[in-house]
Amino acid sequence: MSAPIIQVDDLSKRFIIDHEEEGGYSTFRDVIVNRAKKIFSFPAGKRAAHTGHNQEEFWALKDIGFEIQQGDRVGIVGRNGAGKSTLLKILSRITEPTTGMIRLRGKVASLLEVGTGFHPELTGRENIFLNGAILGMNRVEIKKKFDEIVEFSGIERFLDTPVKRYSSGMHVRLAFAVAAHLEPEILIVDEVLAVGDMEFQKKCLGKMEDISSRDGRTVLFVSHNLQAISTLTNKVILLNAGKKAFDGNTEDGIQKYLEHISSRDLVFTQDPSGKKPLVTKVELKTTDINNVQVFGEPFRIDFEVNAPEGIPSAVFSFQIVNGSQVKVQHVLIKDTETPLCREPGKHRFSCYFPKLRLFPDKYTLIIHLSDHISRAKYETIEGVCPFEVQIRGEVREYYWKTNEAVYVDETEWIINGQA
Amino acid sequence: MIRYPEAQELLIAPGRSEKNYWKDLLRYRELFYILSWRDIKVRYKQTVIGAAWSVIRPVLTTLIFTILFSRVAGLQYHGRAKYPLMVFVGMLPWQFFSNALSDGGNALVGNANLISKVYFPRIIIPASSIITSLVDFAISFVLMIIMMIFYRFVPDIKILLLPLFIVIVILLAFGTSLYIASLNVKYRDFRFIVPFIVQFGLYVTPVGISSELIPQKWRLLYSLNPMVGVIDGFRWCILGDPMYWPGFFASITGILFFLWLGIWYFRKTERSFADNI
Repeated sequence: MSAPIIQVDDLSKRFIIDHEEEGGYSTFRDVIVNRAKKIFSFPAGKRAAHTGHNQEEFWALKDIGFEIQQGDRVGIVGRNGAGKSTLLKILSRITEPTTGMIRLRGKVASLLEVGTGFHPELTGRENIFLNGAILGMNRVEIKKKFDEIVEFSGIERFLDTPVKRYSSGMHVRLAFAVAAHLEPEILIVDEVLAVGDMEFQKKCLGKMEDISSRDGRTVLFVSHNLQAISTLTNKVILLNAGKKAFDGNTEDGIQKYLEHISSRDLVFTQDPSGKKPLVTKVELKTTDINNVQVFGEPFRIDFEVNAPEGIPSAVFSFQIVNGSQVKVQHVLIKDTETPLCREPGKHRFSCYFPKLRLFPDKYTLIIHLSDHISRAKYETIEGVCPFEVQIRGEVREYYWKTNEAVYVDETEWIINGQA
Repeated sequence: MIRYPEAQELLIAPGRSEKNYWKDLLRYRELFYILSWRDIKVRYKQTVIGAAWSVIRPVLTTLIFTILFSRVAGLQYHGRAKYPLMVFVGMLPWQFFSNALSDGGNALVGNANLISKVYFPRIIIPASSIITSLVDFAISFVLMIIMMIFYRFVPDIKILLLPLFIVIVILLAFGTSLYIASLNVKYRDFRFIVPFIVQFGLYVTPVGISSELIPQKWRLLYSLNPMVGVIDGFRWCILGDPMYWPGFFASITGILFFLWLGIWYFRKTERSFADNI
């Protein structure tokens, strides 16, 4: 076997999260104010420089290593925030790694977005040249493939219309047509197939498969669409929280990924860190396995809070968020009612719903932990413990359609004066 | 199956982009052409005013400066040309510089989608936006020729040195807009400062007046403003005005400093553009 076309060793990427600034950008004003503060608080000197900014490190990728052979079609899977996009960005040289090394033995083209750089004022024809150049084609190459691109996109009639008058479907078609005609040795594709109509998606998948199998090109492909992964790829790399969790053939990879999302997500756990009070575990007690709850049946949520120094006046609450991201419940408990976490150590409490009457839908939890007196907000955890409420035995399909309601109370009918 | 030569191997590691940079710049020149072409096309396509604007603005400014400085304030100008022509020749590089500064300074933030999705040497973006300002400059230049014909002004042989001064002002505009463009990525409120810099610059630059009016003992200090040297140079080779050479060299020093500062700071912050933008 020859040298791998992509070789990645000990790759890590660190981001510094600045807790002080809301938007993530520092402003020139802040810098001037901070500098001025530093000058005037000279004796405090060193300390001021550190306390002024509350920074936290975040490793988007940690010690990743893998090899990809020429002609491999590799799917990169993982949950949101697992580091997939960061990995692609480093491979495409958009951002630099913090440590580690990558060897690429071939020309790379990356497609992290459909229609990057499309300008709304320019015509379809002009945008083909612009987008082609941005993706790394030279003018001669684009000219040579121009007719093919136009034919693939199916928008011949609108070639001289400014792109701003295109429908979103036409926009995607044109953009894809350009991208599909790239001829790099390594093609890197991020979740771009999520847009566009099904038929065109299939056409693109077909084209990509064509490219890789006919010319022995290497394709790296990030997607949540497992069907696309399984038809298109022969290898899968599974990322989890910035680390490589699996690297091997597609079938096993998809299996691993499915296990991963189903087992890990149902129960929320987190390791205690330092002296800060944290919610360390949230577990649902549902009627069925896999966090499926039957409407109208008992339901329980178990919480575990770790408070190494105790919390004098804890306030604990959780919200239930439905599939449309609407918060449908807010349940709160305060230390003034019952002592909660005053003692140092681990505390467990449960919230019991005798009859859960949430409308059939998919739900997640938001959890808040704070202190009433000091007003310290210890933690807000969003999107944890997904669960699904189902209805059994009530065959009234028109009634139980999603989005018909968020909640159905226990009610009694009185008809003609008789209960 | 195609075999690809091993020579194409590319290494990605922290700090590594430094070594590929200038080679990449050559490889991505096509992108530079096409982005310049896009900027020009969009600028003149969008509005009828687009092209007219680059005529109206210098003409109106020249008119107002002439009335204000020559008629109202009664400032003197002893050159061979008429006052309005003198103002216009100063306006030519100034307008180019201020346009380049405002457009180039916003170029990175304005192309954030490109920067976060595709790799290329980022320096291409501010560079291509300067090309647009250069087209405006060319339009104004034609206006100047028309004005010369109107005033029956014939320049002497020194005008052949003009390209040299044009290159100088391009370098200055390039350096400063690189600096401002990178500051803009880092500090989002910096863009509010740029219009102020441009406006302030106009007051300390001899656009509406001749720099002859500056007292001799202050002239060297005054020339530390790099645009003073540029404007004096334009007037020297187009209108045959006297040149204050020590000041010119002071300006050149300033220009080289800004060029170095711009490239150095841009290169230093460039690798984190995609993370910050």
